[in-house]
Amino acid sequence: MTKIAKSSDAGMPPELNARLSELQVQSRSPSREDVAEVVGEMLQSLEGDLSEVNLKVYSELEGLAKYILAAKREIAALRPDDITSEHLPKATDELDAIVGSTEEATNGILQAMELLEGLTPQMPAEIAEQVTNAVTQVYESCNFQDITGQRITKVVKTLKHIEDRVEALVAAFGDEIQKYRETHPREEQPPQQKTTDEKLLNGPQLPDDAGKQADIDALLASFD
Amino acid sequence: MSVDMNMNILIVDDYKTMLRIIRNLLKQLGFNNVDEATDGSMALQKLRDKDYGLVISDWNMEPMTGIQLLREVRADSKLKNLPFIMITAESKTENVVAAKEAGVNNYIVKPFNAATLKTKLSSVLGNF
Repeated sequence: MTKIAKSSDAGMPPELNARLSELQVQSRSPSREDVAEVVGEMLQSLEGDLSEVNLKVYSELEGLAKYILAAKREIAALRPDDITSEHLPKATDELDAIVGSTEEATNGILQAMELLEGLTPQMPAEIAEQVTNAVTQVYESCNFQDITGQRITKVVKTLKHIEDRVEALVAAFGDEIQKYRETHPREEQPPQQKTTDEKLLNGPQLPDDAGKQADIDALLASFD
Repeated sequence: MSVDMNMNILIVDDYKTMLRIIRNLLKQLGFNNVDEATDGSMALQKLRDKDYGLVISDWNMEPMTGIQLLREVRADSKLKNLPFIMITAESKTENVVAAKEAGVNNYIVKPFNAATLKTKLSSVLGNF
């Protein structure tokens, strides 16, 4: 309280000076509310650009800046450039492979059905009709390839949209992500995290990466 | 009026499997003269080069879509009366309305079955 009284002598407005003196008389240890009230009055009394509102805004802005900085660090830690350079292209390739393999399978089914249908003239009429009906049902069911293909195309377009957005985000970060990369090199996966069996669970390979049966036969033969 | 089962039919779809399915179903119904195109512009060229009695077209194709093909057909003095069936996964009301406004004769939503195809063909061409 002594300090407040002393500082009040230095060019303090008379009303505020009087208020401080009053507080000093009332109690040797003013309550928090009293101090807040005096500080508020003091800020109100200040002339120029620095109002209480301004201070509050500056404080909020500072908090916001810190929050953005922390968020940027967290986003940089996510390595968004990996998303565009690795994850999304891989997902797109896998989806393209699905379209390719279902198309191939559907053509195989259709070819077999066409062969079967071609044999119906050699069958008794009743059997031929049943076979034709069954073949028709297969044709109808093969519609799925077109529908799934179109749905997957929509997903690929969505992925492309996400890729564009992430690329824009990476561009907005400038060299911050690269700096983060340099200061935080990716840690290698500890080998004990996956068992040997788990490491072998790679799922189907993309057509260009997949081992051909002939290569596998040759490999097997090499064990003999 | 009887349906000319020997008429040329043009089917248009960018999925080769779909072309194959439609061709096989048409064959089962007795239509054997079936040609194929994989987009609207290829179809338009074929329509101008040969006489067709019916077009069955997908909607979603590039570079020329089915609806663009339909508009081109209706704008062409020689093709404007050609029966045109849209067969597509685009099932929103706005699509059907747009196709109708463009002059489509009938509309089949994928996935479809053989019975629906026959019903729509009968509706457009007459009973067969």
